[in-house]
Amino acid sequence: MVEFALGHAWLVPLLPALAFVLIVFLTRPWPKLSSSIAIAAMASSFVLAASIAYGVFTNPHFIEEPLVYSLRWFGMEGFTVNVGVKLDPTSAMMLFMVSLVATLIQIYSTGYMKGDPQYSVFFSYLSLFAASMLGLVIASNLLQMFIMWELVGLCSYLLIGFYTFKISAREAAKKAFMTTRIGDFGMLLGLLFLQIIFGTLDLVELAQRVPNYEQYGLSLGLLTFIAILVFIGPIGKSGQFPLHVWLPDAMEGPTPVSALIHAATMVVAGVYLVGRTMFLFTEVPGAMEVVAFIGAFTALFAATIAITQREIKRILAYSTVSQLGYMMLALGVGSLSASMFHLWTHAFFKALMFLAAGSVLHALHDKADVWKMGGLIKKMPITGWTFVIGGLAIAGIPPFAGFWSKDEILAVTMEYAQHGHGLGYVLFAMAAFTAFLTAFYMWRMIFLAFFGAEKPENHPHESPLSMTFPLMVLAVFATVGGLIGTPWANAWGQWIHFGHPHAAAPAYGLMALSVVLALAGIGLAYTLYCKDTEKQRAQQLAEKYPTLYKISYNKYYIDELYQWFNQKVVDGGAKVLYWFDIHVVDKFINDMSELTGLTGKGFRYFQTGKLQTYALVFFLGLLVITVVLAFGDPTSAGIMGGVK
Amino acid sequence: MGTGLNPSYFIGLSAALFLIGAFGVISKKNAIAVLISIELMLSAVNINLVAMNKFFTPDAFFGQVFAIFIITVAAAEVGLGLAIVIAIHRKRHSVNLDDFDLMKW
Amino acid sequence: MNIPVLTLTLLSPILAAFVIMFIPKEEDKLCKWVAAAGTGTALLLSLYVYFGYDQSVGGLQWVDFGGPVPWIRDLGVSWYMAVDGLSLPMLLLTNLIGFTAVFASWNITLRAKELMIYLLVLIAGVMGTFIAQDLFIFLLFYEVVVIPIYIMVIIWGSSKRVTKEYAGMKLTIYLLIGSAFLLVGVIAIFVQALQITGVPNMSFEALSRVAFPEQFQIYMFALLLIGFGSLLSMWPFHSWSPDGYAGAPTAVSMIHAGVLKKIGGYGLIRFAVFVLPLGAKFWAPYIAVLGVIGVAYAAMGALAQKDLKYVVGYSSVSHMGYVLLGVATLGVVGVNGAVANMFAHGVMAALFFSMIGFIYEKTHTRWIPDLGGISHYAPRLSVGFMMAAMASLGLPGLVSFIPEFTIFVESFKVYGILAVLAIAGIIITALYVLRAGANTLFGPAREEYKDIKDIRGPELVPLVVLGGVLVIGGILPSLLFDMVNSGVAPILAHINEALQLGGR
Repeated sequence: MVEFALGHAWLVPLLPALAFVLIVFLTRPWPKLSSSIAIAAMASSFVLAASIAYGVFTNPHFIEEPLVYSLRWFGMEGFTVNVGVKLDPTSAMMLFMVSLVATLIQIYSTGYMKGDPQYSVFFSYLSLFAASMLGLVIASNLLQMFIMWELVGLCSYLLIGFYTFKISAREAAKKAFMTTRIGDFGMLLGLLFLQIIFGTLDLVELAQRVPNYEQYGLSLGLLTFIAILVFIGPIGKSGQFPLHVWLPDAMEGPTPVSALIHAATMVVAGVYLVGRTMFLFTEVPGAMEVVAFIGAFTALFAATIAITQREIKRILAYSTVSQLGYMMLALGVGSLSASMFHLWTHAFFKALMFLAAGSVLHALHDKADVWKMGGLIKKMPITGWTFVIGGLAIAGIPPFAGFWSKDEILAVTMEYAQHGHGLGYVLFAMAAFTAFLTAFYMWRMIFLAFFGAEKPENHPHESPLSMTFPLMVLAVFATVGGLIGTPWANAWGQWIHFGHPHAAAPAYGLMALSVVLALAGIGLAYTLYCKDTEKQRAQQLAEKYPTLYKISYNKYYIDELYQWFNQKVVDGGAKVLYWFDIHVVDKFINDMSELTGLTGKGFRYFQTGKLQTYALVFFLGLLVITVVLAFGDPTSAGIMGGVK
Repeated sequence: MGTGLNPSYFIGLSAALFLIGAFGVISKKNAIAVLISIELMLSAVNINLVAMNKFFTPDAFFGQVFAIFIITVAAAEVGLGLAIVIAIHRKRHSVNLDDFDLMKW
Repeated sequence: MNIPVLTLTLLSPILAAFVIMFIPKEEDKLCKWVAAAGTGTALLLSLYVYFGYDQSVGGLQWVDFGGPVPWIRDLGVSWYMAVDGLSLPMLLLTNLIGFTAVFASWNITLRAKELMIYLLVLIAGVMGTFIAQDLFIFLLFYEVVVIPIYIMVIIWGSSKRVTKEYAGMKLTIYLLIGSAFLLVGVIAIFVQALQITGVPNMSFEALSRVAFPEQFQIYMFALLLIGFGSLLSMWPFHSWSPDGYAGAPTAVSMIHAGVLKKIGGYGLIRFAVFVLPLGAKFWAPYIAVLGVIGVAYAAMGALAQKDLKYVVGYSSVSHMGYVLLGVATLGVVGVNGAVANMFAHGVMAALFFSMIGFIYEKTHTRWIPDLGGISHYAPRLSVGFMMAAMASLGLPGLVSFIPEFTIFVESFKVYGILAVLAIAGIIITALYVLRAGANTLFGPAREEYKDIKDIRGPELVPLVVLGGVLVIGGILPSLLFDMVNSGVAPILAHINEALQLGGR
């Protein structure tokens, strides 16, 4: 089984793809059958992925030598592209995580989407998404990765806009596609550079060639530029500043989508891509600094927005942006293992929280404002307590998963700072402050929604088992998922790393600091939003600093800025050019035809209708010809008909 | 060959006749007169043809044959022309060419 | 090869047109079925030729009658029908689109018999240009195409921003002006070749072996560039394209945007670049600049449109900019990309126009602000529309991505920053395509469209055939690229040889 799985890893994405095809062409009219096919395919993928993970994580030689196989896709002189599979601990971990989360979320969706007229379509999209995402994970080639990258983007587009009757969903989908497209443009340029200079996009070959970039006539500056271009793609996909704007809007999609695509899997594709191309980034410290700084800044920036948002999914969305910033930060300071570790734990606790939020929305009939909830935990114990576990994990309370990964990131950042990067201390401060804010806004939401007085107008009820079962599984992972990477026995770091494995002694001071920060955040949230039942102090605070509150609540007006740019500059430019096209280019053409017409109009006055005038012209012409032929010199006569 | 007869006389005669005819075609207002002028021009051509034949190829009769052709065609043409003129006169009560410029722009 | 397969392929629509002439005009369904049979036969034959072509051997194959059959000896004109890797995708494309165009006009009842006859003649004309290996025959077929287009636009077209008479006239005049430039160039090249070699010969191959002087090549290439460029809607000779497509009936838009335009690109490679390599070398940077302007300019133009057909009209100008850019690289990868992109764009544009045609037929409007929520009533139609839209913005997994990518690779290598501008076009393309798609298909269901019927039965043919090609070509690009490469690589080898020899 394990051998088979390792040799046929391409089956992992292929199965959901087949499910997509089956559902679209055959079983669309039968929702139950469709969802069963989708789940069966996904579960088989998960079994395969688990076998692959087992195979990889029991053979240490995979750490240094990834299993790669490929076949020619298309090619021509000077440009050949293979598609294939690259299996190493990182991709095996991702395969396992993505297929697990996807399976759980599909199970959850059977409850959440029940009765939706587009039920089958939803499952077909989910399957297509899973296929593309898994394809992205195993890709052995950057072009292949880019293709899957775009396909997950497509699925994201389709799923955000799933409720096609809603204008807001339609616009959010468009925004998501466009924003990530801008990132893809940069990435495409980066890939073109790599292809042209190194002659390949194969990950293994690139990893051998990039370190010798000077042999390819490349300066460090240009390589830095290339790396930053490639990084623009992840900025778009992983919602990093300044291309983060689409991710919160993406919550227009059904909640399972938010959980699967916009929390656990697709958005981490950017992080994963940078992780896959670490060989490029480690060559260029300048680009690494950019990655680290953007990561840290995004983490802090999104956290400051999240503290004032009111919609439950929006808070989670900003929290996702913020956590993705953490992952980028870890990559930027050079630690693949910390980044991947956080990616792993985050996938579980964030998916958990989204699904729980979905369960809440399901119960409250899509009432999303946390201020209008309260005391839900009594009526929805499973949802509530699993959410609390997620909250503990993300806030970084030991021994929950988030603590270990966040601590690891803080540790590597500190180490980075201590190795002579002055910027590192700033990054560390930003990361630490973000940790505090994270605990605060997360628990603000939890206290507002799940604790306190119940609102009489709400009639919540616990969700069915199909929805709570995935919650419980994820809650288990969110609790214990981090234990494989504790500083005392860091199995994670030994398997998933770039360069030398990171083996630092446990930094108890840092751990204490992060626990204190988390507790402080939770405590503050408790005093403001739970103990103070009227929430007066929170409102006083908002009124005391109206500007700060407004800036945060309105997300620093970045959406408005983009909107202005889009409407005035892009559309305005388009209108100007269209005007130019009609009134200059086309006008010129029409004027030419007008000129032809006018010429004809002029010439027609020769047509007097008087026979005798014609006769006169006739005779005169004859006379001229005769005279020329008789007396002119032979060359001019030549013009008249070649007489020599 | 007669001593006094030299082609230039014939050419002169036919040229004069031709130009008179051409002048008539261009300047006369009356359609009948224009037709007559055309006949003059054709006669000029005929004279030329016959004379040239006599002087240059006395053994063959190309010129005469052509002249006979032209006479035939001219007769047909003038018949047709007169018919048109009469038809127009019936309709417009005029044979003045200046009145007929329907074909202008 | 005893059976002249290509000539038969060419004849099958003509034969169908001939049969239709004898069908009473009340029997319009029968006319359509005969037309479908004729184009279907041509499609099957061209598929047979496509997959029977031996790529490992390359060169001209499936030569009808075993070689050129002399036709006008004094001019060296011969009936020389053969295909190589450059012609074959175009031949296949023509028949794919021709076949589906019949079904896209399925609901037209106004003088359906005549429509089918013109359509079939048009398809045969376009096909002829792609399989003729003789310059004269190439031009002949090109002229055959013009007349049906004009008649079809002014009878079956629609008047929106401009009247259909204006649109038809603009299309036709542009085509004729282009062909006038071509004709001058062709005659000059023929005469010059005759003076150099002493043997009259109009075949592309023979002309390509003539060593024309460099100055001559440069002047002649300019003429051909204007001729083929205006056909390919090269900026600034593009303004016929949006107006023309908007005025034309669906079938004409499909064929015109899908394949007729490609005669420009095909001719540019097959004739202008192949025969006049030094001229091509001289003009390549200018072509690249015009191509890039076309990409960006037309994409912005499309952004400002509110009529669906205008959006696609401008978009096709923009995509042809990529083709020009690819040709201008004069490298194997770039030209391969250009040819493949012509194929991809053809399929995509035809699908787009057929879907817009159905939308127009059912809602009687193409004005985007008046549309919305179509997907609630016509999901299959929406799928077709979205597929075309996604192909248009170069989504990987559909046929147009890899061609664009290859063009980018080569043009980025050759032209650097200029290519970046063209690549930036993908963002604007995504913007207008998504905007048009979303505003037409999604959003609240509208009351006034609740009675529209989804496409079904024969109407599904364009979606199934063209959509299928979009996906298959996207997943297995080698099907297309190996073929294109087998045609383009020898041409470029020839050019490089000429460039090395030819340097003054």
